[in-house]
Amino acid sequence: MRAAASGLRPCTRVSGGDCKYRLAVMMRRWTPVLLATGLVVASCGSGGDDTTLVLAASSLTDAFQEMETAFEAANPDIDIEVAFAGSSSLRLQIDQGAPADVVAVANEQVMTELAGEGHVEVPTDFATNQLVIAASVDATADVTGPQSLADPDLLIGLCAVQVPCGQYAVDALALAGVEASVDTYEDDVRSLTTKLALGELDAGVVYATDVASRPGDIVVVAPLEGADVRYPIAPLTDAPNADEAAAFVAFVLSAEGQSILEAAGFGPP
Amino acid sequence: MTTPRRRPPAVLVGLGAVGATLFLLPLVGLLGVTPWSRLGELATDDVVLDALRLSLITSLSAAALATVLGVPLAWVLSRVSFPGRGLLRAIVTLPMVLPPVVGGAALLFALGRRGVLGEPLADATGLVLPFSTWGVIIANTFVAMPFLVITVEGALSSVDHRREHAAAVLGAAPVTVFRRVTLPMIGPSLRAGIVLAWARALGEFGATITFAGNLQGRTQTLPLAVFVSLEADRDAAIAISLLMVVLSVSVLTALRGRWWTGGVGR
Repeated sequence: MRAAASGLRPCTRVSGGDCKYRLAVMMRRWTPVLLATGLVVASCGSGGDDTTLVLAASSLTDAFQEMETAFEAANPDIDIEVAFAGSSSLRLQIDQGAPADVVAVANEQVMTELAGEGHVEVPTDFATNQLVIAASVDATADVTGPQSLADPDLLIGLCAVQVPCGQYAVDALALAGVEASVDTYEDDVRSLTTKLALGELDAGVVYATDVASRPGDIVVVAPLEGADVRYPIAPLTDAPNADEAAAFVAFVLSAEGQSILEAAGFGPP
Repeated sequence: MTTPRRRPPAVLVGLGAVGATLFLLPLVGLLGVTPWSRLGELATDDVVLDALRLSLITSLSAAALATVLGVPLAWVLSRVSFPGRGLLRAIVTLPMVLPPVVGGAALLFALGRRGVLGEPLADATGLVLPFSTWGVIIANTFVAMPFLVITVEGALSSVDHRREHAAAVLGAAPVTVFRRVTLPMIGPSLRAGIVLAWARALGEFGATITFAGNLQGRTQTLPLAVFVSLEADRDAAIAISLLMVVLSVSVLTALRGRWWTGGVGR
């Protein structure tokens, strides 16, 4: 039962920049949670209809914070708030009646479920992510390619198969014929990324955007083919601000929106 | 002379009942969703058996380590006067206050491969604690030992010092006094402290997954197995949780009155 309680520990997105102090890593891990909570509270308090609420997957944190700034600069009369959470808890929030206008998730299955429940009509894929073999900067000499993951002398981490990044990784490694010598199956991609950034793990399989969020700490060794990671976006059917919702979706799909995603390491849809 | 029989005060019974309900309700909730027909199959899964074995090894090792290190620490805190004793006492309770995940991260910064102590250790001996069973034992000891230290220190502070003094006056060496006089006096509290530490170690999750990672057979204890299966196979998670409840309740009730409460039940 303790485990269940600790399971409430949110999966967070860590913002970019250098990592000079290890404690700062933990701080950065938690700051987005506080920000996201604050945003939800702020958007609840600001009286609904003036503000267009976007719910986005936590792996979109960096990109969608920039997206918000750029969108509001282009549309000064529209006020956007973005709240971040794990894709499956976003689905739960929408099902419980969150007054949201747009939803963007990291998993096509979640969007299919939302469509099945009648919350969205036409989702559009707006970005893709690439699974990569990543190494801690200290271990770049030892990690040379997919076969390095089979080296029992290296400390190797994957996501647990119960979460998407772990399932993708296991499938892709099987496809590549690599029998990884795994030392830990981390409960989410953020904690795996953190341990790579700390140098406690030598190599692992994460998303390209995770590496991009830790320049100087983690490097991409090689892309890992075989996983099709797609991000769909859709306005909600009962969005309080339908026009603004449509405008935001269009902006994400526009050249400017796509260049923000590209800068954060996402691929084109 | 007979004690007059009185009804227990309603306010105590009422509040006590509310308190008990708080513990009973989650258990009822758990039993209500338990997949009874699949229970045998779920509880004897390889993952579960590995986690059970590892949980027993690591929680017992942690309880033993906490006893070997914690009793002397409690003795020092109780019997030796030195500057900063109050501060040290507060630091000992730190793992009870810190969220275990933060405790695990702190252990990583200290004992990890790039940690303050972990880096020289790895360079000198090649021993890397994170992602090993030793890492689990250390994380468990870190969170469990305060329970033992606090229990034992409380007992040491409340026993009659004159008996130790008398033994010393009669010529017993300090270590003999500790072994033959002090330890027997605090026996019941020591046993309670060991049981508390073991129980806390058995349920440890946050520090373990952060410091030691999660690998079946090496670092995946029962709480970790519950957590990872909760996202995919709820029935398996419930079955493992139930296994933990049965394990801890049977150990605690078996010890109660005979060993745990010591003098009272004998």
